[in-house]
Amino acid sequence: MDTSTQITDAPPPAPQPATDKRAARGATRPGDRIFLGLSRGSGILLLVIMAAIAVFLTYRATLAISKDQGNFLTTFEWDTNLVPPNFGIAVLAFGTVISSIIAMVIAVPIAVAIALFLTHYAPRRLRGPIAYVIDLLAAVPSIVYGLWGALVLVPNMTGLFGWLNDYLGWTGIFSWQGGAPRSMLTVGILLAIMILPIITNVSREVFRQVPQMHEEAALALGATRWEVIRMAVLPFGRSGVISASMLGLGRALGETMAVATVLSPSFLIETSLLDPGGGTFAQNIASKFGEATEFGRDALIASGLVLFVITLLVNGAARAIIARRKEYSGANA
Amino acid sequence: MKLQRMNRRALALGALAVSGALALTACGSDDTGTSSGGSSAAAKPGSIKCDDAKGQLLADGSSAQKNAIDAWVKQFTAACQGTQINYKGGGSGAGVTAFTQGQVAFAGSDSALKPDEVTASKKVCSGGQGINLPMVGGPIAVGYNVNGVDNLVLDAATLAKIFNNEITNWNDPQIKKLNPDAKLPDLKIQAFHRSDDSGTTDNFTKYLIDTAKKDWPYDGGKTWQAKGGQSASGSSGVAQQVKQTNGAIGYFELSYAKDGLKTVDLDTGAAQPVKATVDNATKAISEAKVVGTGKDLALQLNYGTKAEGAYPMVLVTYEIVCDKGNKAETLPATKAFLRYIASEEGQKILAEADYAPIPADIISQVRTTVDGLS
Repeated sequence: MDTSTQITDAPPPAPQPATDKRAARGATRPGDRIFLGLSRGSGILLLVIMAAIAVFLTYRATLAISKDQGNFLTTFEWDTNLVPPNFGIAVLAFGTVISSIIAMVIAVPIAVAIALFLTHYAPRRLRGPIAYVIDLLAAVPSIVYGLWGALVLVPNMTGLFGWLNDYLGWTGIFSWQGGAPRSMLTVGILLAIMILPIITNVSREVFRQVPQMHEEAALALGATRWEVIRMAVLPFGRSGVISASMLGLGRALGETMAVATVLSPSFLIETSLLDPGGGTFAQNIASKFGEATEFGRDALIASGLVLFVITLLVNGAARAIIARRKEYSGANA
Repeated sequence: MKLQRMNRRALALGALAVSGALALTACGSDDTGTSSGGSSAAAKPGSIKCDDAKGQLLADGSSAQKNAIDAWVKQFTAACQGTQINYKGGGSGAGVTAFTQGQVAFAGSDSALKPDEVTASKKVCSGGQGINLPMVGGPIAVGYNVNGVDNLVLDAATLAKIFNNEITNWNDPQIKKLNPDAKLPDLKIQAFHRSDDSGTTDNFTKYLIDTAKKDWPYDGGKTWQAKGGQSASGSSGVAQQVKQTNGAIGYFELSYAKDGLKTVDLDTGAAQPVKATVDNATKAISEAKVVGTGKDLALQLNYGTKAEGAYPMVLVTYEIVCDKGNKAETLPATKAFLRYIASEEGQKILAEADYAPIPADIISQVRTTVDGLS
């Protein structure tokens, strides 16, 4: 009784916050205005930097492409010293995409599994150390991965390659003619290891944000732990995991030194993932830049422009997927 | 997203990993680790004429001659206090580009200037143009790794077919014919070439084009043009792959052929197959003709030589300077340094570093030209 009379007697609290809000919206205080200016300026600066990169790449690229006697998109060759020069990105685009796809196919399931294990299964005592180790993996420079790949991974791949050739050789993509295992598959495996930490870390943070209430509600309905993950955790984290994968994919697309060290580059598209050969944009730029002439550098910059465009497309696609799934994701729940 | 969230322990581990990485990368470079620097320290400082050389000299170019330049710089700067020479082995292409843009006093290059590059150099050399001065020679060795084969003789045509994927097995009759006594296994040939553009590739394919045109139908140049085969980055990369892979064959500068790497003896048509050694390379370079006009001393090598003990698969690297119109502030140092490396004493250091000295009659022309630089 007492409480109810107190409530009715109390002055309506609504108007007070309303005026506060209006005051905030008007941005009358100087601090607000400065902050608004700073953040707007930073946003514009970012756009200007991106535009400047695009303009630079396009300008240098047109210088090179206008003199290319081959078709820039379909030529299987990179000879900028010839007169007239003959170069094209077909092999590079193919290799970049294929190696990144292999890396994603291997890394994403493993990364999600590690993230789920860390957030939902692992004993508390294990979580810290495993997380540190994964953080450390992200901090290892890529040339070290390259050295490790060339000296340890490549010599030890022969067993796997032989096995794949014996059982899956008939598919054509897993046939092996006994060359050194410095192929697209080896590169994909190495890239998978390199992008694992970033996907794992972001996914772990996303899974940690799942509202406790969702999981408890599912448990109360009689769900097992796996069903909780399937019905509450994964739908909530889906867009986060996609974003994480895109970060990883970005690294895989642009990885340079590790690929250059492990791959046996050539301007041929091998139908088999196990035969040495192929190439990626970043690897090709790194290996050709040193001896390149002014014109050769323009040509390499043209190939860099294509990588830039591919990265933009991939990011756009990821954003579209996330936007489409927004209503289902837990972020709005 | 808390990638940076590391505590003290993780940081310590990270520091360990990074320092380990630094130690590892330090071993992974193209360093050929020759003994040139130490063993040649006996040079008399008095024999190097410094004149009024001082200040910093920037240079860039061929990585093939980097070890030679390093050895020279050590001697020269010890004798001429106050002079600093900074040679960046960024590659012949980078060197020529830097030279035509006026960023360096001289450039190193594995191939002579092309006509359009000479035109470009006229902007930098006021009243003059860029010229090529041959300073360093070197044999290109073909290394191989075949179990049970210790002496392998090949000729140009066979080499061309191997690197063009026409001969794909070690027991091929053509190889057998050249090596009647060797036990050649039934093993796939894995031919390694350079994945990066390279003066070594340029000179190796120049040799094939000159001596086996029928079997090597390509234009040549720094970029590898044949299809197929396997590749690796840098001479050290190719050498390492050959060492690792049974059945492998690859080409690189002689100084990379060590730690038990076996090299092919060339059947040049002489009575005896020729080994890849510094002396044999010098013999082949001595048949070179100067084809440059005026002060330019660009060489044309005689790849087809059949002289006894001449190893014709060689490369010559040039120093590129302006004949006239060098920058006044770097001219004294440039002249003094080039005079030193062309001197008898400077050329003697080369052999200790697995390079070949330039033959006497050519190097004497180089000395005259250096003295006339302005």
